[in-house]
Amino acid sequence: MKDILTELERRRETARMGGGQRRIDSQHAKGKLTARERIELLLDEGSFEEFDMFVAHRCTEFGMEAERPAGDGVVTGWGTINGRQVYVFAQDFTVMGGSVSETHGQKICKIMDMAIQNGAPVIGLNDSGGARIQEGVDSLAAYGEVFERNIRASGVIPQISVIMGPCAGGAVYSPAMTDFIYMVRDSSYMFVTGPDVVKTVTNEHVTAEELGGAGTHTRKSSVADGAFENDVEALSEIRRLFDFLPLNNRQKPPVRPFFDSPERLEPSLDTLVPDNPNQPYDMRELILKTADEGDFFEVQKDFAGNIITGFIRLEGRTVGVVANQPMVLAGCLDIDGSRKAARFVRFCDAFEIPILTFVDVPGFLPGTGQEYGGVIKHGAKLLFAYGEATVPKVTVITRKAYGGAYVVMSSKHLRGDFTYAWPTAEIAVMGAKGATEILYRSELGDPEKIARRTADYEDRFANPFVAAERGFVDEVIRPQSTRKRVARAFASLRSKAVQMPWKKHDNIPL
Amino acid sequence: MFNKILIANRGEIACRVIKTARKMGIATVAVYSDADRNALHVEMADEAVHIGPPPANQSYIVIDKVMEAIRQTGAEAVHPGYGFLSENMKFAEALEAAGVTFVGPPSPAIEAMGDKITSKKIAQKAGVSTVPGYMGLIEDADEAVKISREIGYPVMIKASAGGGGKGMRIAWSDEEAREGFQSSKNEAASSFGDDRIFIEKFVTQPRHIEIQVLADKHGNCVYLHERECSIQRRNQKVIEEAPSPFLDPETRKAMGEQACALARAVGYTSAGTVEFIVDGDKNFYFLEMNTRLQVEHPVTELITGVDLVEQMIRVAAGERLPFAQQDLKIDGWAIESRLYAEDPYRNFLPSIGRLTRYRPPAEAATAAGVVRNDTGVYEGGEISMYYDPMIAKLCTWAPTRGEAIEGMRQALDEFEVEGIGHNLPFLSAVMDHPRFVSGAITTAFIAEEYPDGFEGAALETGLLRKVAACCAAMHRVAEIRRTRISGRMDNHERHVGEDWVVTLQGESIPVSIAADQAGATVRFADGTRHRVASDWTPGQQLARMDVDGERVVMKVGKIPSGFRIRLRGADIKVHLRTPPAAKLAELMPEKAAPDTSKMLLCPMPGLVVKISVEEGQEVQEGQALCTVEAMKMENILRAERKAVVTKINAEAGASLKVDDVIMEFE
Repeated sequence: MKDILTELERRRETARMGGGQRRIDSQHAKGKLTARERIELLLDEGSFEEFDMFVAHRCTEFGMEAERPAGDGVVTGWGTINGRQVYVFAQDFTVMGGSVSETHGQKICKIMDMAIQNGAPVIGLNDSGGARIQEGVDSLAAYGEVFERNIRASGVIPQISVIMGPCAGGAVYSPAMTDFIYMVRDSSYMFVTGPDVVKTVTNEHVTAEELGGAGTHTRKSSVADGAFENDVEALSEIRRLFDFLPLNNRQKPPVRPFFDSPERLEPSLDTLVPDNPNQPYDMRELILKTADEGDFFEVQKDFAGNIITGFIRLEGRTVGVVANQPMVLAGCLDIDGSRKAARFVRFCDAFEIPILTFVDVPGFLPGTGQEYGGVIKHGAKLLFAYGEATVPKVTVITRKAYGGAYVVMSSKHLRGDFTYAWPTAEIAVMGAKGATEILYRSELGDPEKIARRTADYEDRFANPFVAAERGFVDEVIRPQSTRKRVARAFASLRSKAVQMPWKKHDNIPL
Repeated sequence: MFNKILIANRGEIACRVIKTARKMGIATVAVYSDADRNALHVEMADEAVHIGPPPANQSYIVIDKVMEAIRQTGAEAVHPGYGFLSENMKFAEALEAAGVTFVGPPSPAIEAMGDKITSKKIAQKAGVSTVPGYMGLIEDADEAVKISREIGYPVMIKASAGGGGKGMRIAWSDEEAREGFQSSKNEAASSFGDDRIFIEKFVTQPRHIEIQVLADKHGNCVYLHERECSIQRRNQKVIEEAPSPFLDPETRKAMGEQACALARAVGYTSAGTVEFIVDGDKNFYFLEMNTRLQVEHPVTELITGVDLVEQMIRVAAGERLPFAQQDLKIDGWAIESRLYAEDPYRNFLPSIGRLTRYRPPAEAATAAGVVRNDTGVYEGGEISMYYDPMIAKLCTWAPTRGEAIEGMRQALDEFEVEGIGHNLPFLSAVMDHPRFVSGAITTAFIAEEYPDGFEGAALETGLLRKVAACCAAMHRVAEIRRTRISGRMDNHERHVGEDWVVTLQGESIPVSIAADQAGATVRFADGTRHRVASDWTPGQQLARMDVDGERVVMKVGKIPSGFRIRLRGADIKVHLRTPPAAKLAELMPEKAAPDTSKMLLCPMPGLVVKISVEEGQEVQEGQALCTVEAMKMENILRAERKAVVTKINAEAGASLKVDDVIMEFE
């Protein structure tokens, strides 16, 4: 018996060493941690339970039978984050470059199946050279099986991808279908075709970093939801994100003890909106002063800055925030902003996360760029997402809510539960200047008359009361009491239940 | 006594005057520009009159507008504060003509002291010690050299109308005197439109020490001792104290008596300040007289117990001074720190914007100490570009200088200001600077001790360990809270361990923490320990900790796996990791900050109005590169040196954040 136990330990030891010390050192030299080190940082200390440590590939082509490392380039299993269950896979770049074989894929599929069945999220730590060429079509099939599970799990359990090394070719489509993608700066990249192919086909010279580094995907493509400085910071922040998310779509989002009075008033918010209606202000301040403890986990911070998305807590409970940002493009909705916010709203709705919307939107961004790019359909995504969302929806209009954009931003008309307005709110079909220029076209030659008409229009419509008279605004509130009012509104909606007509699924304008 | 006074000023000094007027039962009238519509002084006053657009030369210093406000409100007297119209003779005359009392000296006194050369002549005549120098106007460079030789090098060549360091040169030789004369003259002509130049002895190891005087309309004149204002940055006072750590009673008396002699010589009434420069041998020389209330007057009030604003008002109303010279004793020590909206990490560049957080320390007055904060702002208020960037004057008083400094250190640690750059960390650093603590200061203190600017203070070992212990205790609280999240696997909860590695200021310190009901004991590897008690909970931005019975207060911000900690002028990141995680963190590469020397970074959040150059273009030093609009103000960014533009990253209409790269150079 003792021999057998010794043999087990020996095998375990070998498996834990992955690709061996030399490759581990080389991984470290690149500023990257190994798969097991990453899992250690991601999960609670000592909570990791591994599956399939001894799985090895079955390929016999190209002399592959000579090298059959235990684990086959991916470490899989489950553990806990602050005591809550999570499934995890981490590709091991030290073993055959983390390449995906039939068995590598099967290991990932196994934990995904269990995650779906048991209702716990999946976190994938990606660090792979791509398909294992020697296995040919078996490798592709493995990707396909993983993709299919990503799709099946979508909307059932949260799926998070962290790109911590290369992720190229077909491999990108598994993360692409998960709920969140995070990257590590300077040591990760994602692209469908690499710099060499790009050069051959289009004659563009581009580095891997420029083509698919963290900067590219957080700022330009919006493929990634955020980037972190290094592996350690990334995994620590993924733990923080995880604490905001429910385990599955049948559970409410988590609740955490909180140390911030829901009654807290913020007198400084009474002066947040400047006297001059054209002067911007930072909407982030309102979010931070509304949130429990000023804690805000922002999603897609570096993309489409005209709209802010992310998670806060109110009374310890997760709330998704969507807010127009007057500091960027005056807070206009555009293609990028609509897409960003729509996806966020749909995530929240899928996982029962209530949505808080702060509105200061002068309209949709005009221009050929926007129209040719299909702002009609992209804007409709946000409209659709808000309209179909059945989670508690609370909206606060701080200043402008003009035209169609007003309707889009979680208005009462889209079954918003609460719509509050600050006294500075202006809910109108458009700004005073634009409106008078249309209504009084014949007087355009007379600037004095037009100025008077504009002033009249402002007096009549640039306020929250016209909308409040019609019940489109439930209540006009003091800015300083926003946290208190919003927290109470969500408290009253905790058992909200909405029945939707049966459908196979909707047909959101993708 | 007056029934109503108008305060022809804004900001903290307007608030300061209103406080005293209210105490005296006098109604107050504020005036305000468009930029100050929501300002604190407007809110505090009984009445407020709008007097025009934001620039002071269209509002606060337009005599007609202030006179109109007086007429409208029926104010019987005007307190001018400092700056603006406070030393404007025409204003004093206008008030006189309108039969309104000016809370300040008579206009001839303002006039006499307003000109550097005239005032020096009067001072000499009154027996006041003046800097050896040539009082007449100097015709040419040869004459300048001749006079410089007579006085003896080093000499200071100054513009008669000068101020703020403009038109000022120091010369140590004939050659430098010749050059200095010419450049001073040119600068004076272009800056002040007045190229009169004079030369005086340049005082070495100079200290700026000034005497507060107070005179009534019945011939009584007293001095309220001195203030030392040597801690200056480019002639802008930063820290003041009273008394001076340098003066002995004899010198103090001599200076005070000369100051009173000068005041009498010009028929002075009200509060005034006679500024002296004092050399290393306690020789003192008259500099100038300020015929108004000084910014730093609170330190005098704190050591004498006299409310200077009240006395100014009473004197203006014709009352006699209620005390004589022998009644005015020095009680304890007072220090003032001027909190400026100037970013010390960006070479004290003015910073404007919204005060997203503004929580001054609690004001208190006991026999052991006083904390006083004179301010004109509030949380949610705006620091505007139109006026002086001073946010507040924080003063502490204690029986001794050492205690007053310690009080200031603690008060600064408690002072929360966010949303704009400010010099609070710098003030804290000076309070801890051994040379400041020793009192061996001169007006060159900042230039000598911070020649390359200010990059934040480093915590000394003892404090560093205390901070490490506090952070470990805070982190433990935060981590335990995290484990109390709902949805846990029963019986498989996370256990928060006792061993942590605290990484700060480049050091990794292993600690072990044992907590009980009352607090936590943090043990270090060498066996030493700190006992930490606090009621800190996650999210609190100010942590008031008790470490071994000693108070440690710090600002706490959240960063991944740790905190951003600010105290005592330090601004550091503190990471807390389990020992295995700390080991892995050591493997992470040090990433060099990107080299920004060949980039044009956006200095403030704003909108790109115009890009003035193209990629590939060669630009000359000083050439306009782009225009960024911030707070309705267009800022032209210029090339620091000759270069070729390689890449332009921003286009007109783009909104930029601080430090966004606008363009890159070869």
